[in-house]
Amino acid sequence: MNRTLYVARSPRIAARKLGEEMLVMSAQGSTLFTLNPTATILWQAADGATPLEEIVQRRICSEFEVKREDALRDAESLAEDLAKHGILLISEEPIANPPAKEQPRP
Amino acid sequence: MPGLAIQVERCSVVIAIGGIPVRVNTTDADFLEMLQTRYAGFMGAESDAEFEFDVDLSPSASSNRNADVSVEHRSGRWFMERGSFRAEWNPATRRGTIYQTPNAYSIDAVLRIVHTLLLAEQGGFLLHSASAIRNGKAFLFAGVSGTGKTTISGLAPADTTLLTDEISYVRKLDDGYFAYGTPFTREPANRGENTSAPVAALYLLAHGLQNRIEPVAVADAGRELLANMLFFAEDPDLVHRVFQAACDFVHRVPVYRLTFVPDARVWEMIG
Repeated sequence: MNRTLYVARSPRIAARKLGEEMLVMSAQGSTLFTLNPTATILWQAADGATPLEEIVQRRICSEFEVKREDALRDAESLAEDLAKHGILLISEEPIANPPAKEQPRP
Repeated sequence: MPGLAIQVERCSVVIAIGGIPVRVNTTDADFLEMLQTRYAGFMGAESDAEFEFDVDLSPSASSNRNADVSVEHRSGRWFMERGSFRAEWNPATRRGTIYQTPNAYSIDAVLRIVHTLLLAEQGGFLLHSASAIRNGKAFLFAGVSGTGKTTISGLAPADTTLLTDEISYVRKLDDGYFAYGTPFTREPANRGENTSAPVAALYLLAHGLQNRIEPVAVADAGRELLANMLFFAEDPDLVHRVFQAACDFVHRVPVYRLTFVPDARVWEMIG
């Protein structure tokens, strides 16, 4: 049986889209990351309330020509990778605290 | 006991870097003289001091001389420590204490850290870069050690005012970004002028076979700016401020890659 996962942006990061690239800086080691397009979509949609499966269906499968099952497996792997770097939070329950917001371009 | 009381005379200087005056109090006349010499040209008036530090010249200030710098925010105060010093600072009271041996490098390090914290509050930063004023505009030349900061500073023509060959001081004011001169340098003879000008461009330095200026994509500019910013703490709020300061800067100030050969003609392309 598939588990339902929820993802939220970590409050310990700062993020901003510069040009076409999403830069994310983690307070953990002051490390700077550049997210690829899929990771950017996942990060932007990670509100802690929408199941990962729904994010994949609505935001990734509609954007890229990819099977839903493959996209979900890749998204889970990506989310776990981002979580290891302190960028995303993952839970099997909705994540209550409001996530960090991407700063708008001035 | 009458007659045995010793009055300790407290002396102070006001060190004004980036237009932010910091009073430093000490009871040691030799240390005071060292400060006056090292920060000559950056002395402010007593009445202008906005922040204040007492220096305790304790021989036990250092526990591990080789330790990395540590900057932590706890209970409203900043705690800074490295091998040769430890310090604490309360931004709310604007006061702090530095525990160090009588050397110039420790207080210089504390001042750099304090200024990075103050600048971050306002969207500014310290940057590993040379900077200079030409025709009323400031130009920053950033790069890690060995990329040519000192070289390009040394090649500057006579109509140029050198702000620093090592650590640039950038403030965000109501009417844009301004670069200020700093005394932060390993060689006191290379100390910058205590003046400022609006920042016209940031150049990312690279060595090459010919002089060339190319625009840098905004994301690359942001990455390279962040890589060259002086940044000491892992505090989430501070990380957020520093990151946003870099992103704001590259959106508002042109950033170029400056490839140059080490001769003075490179300055024909600047200013």
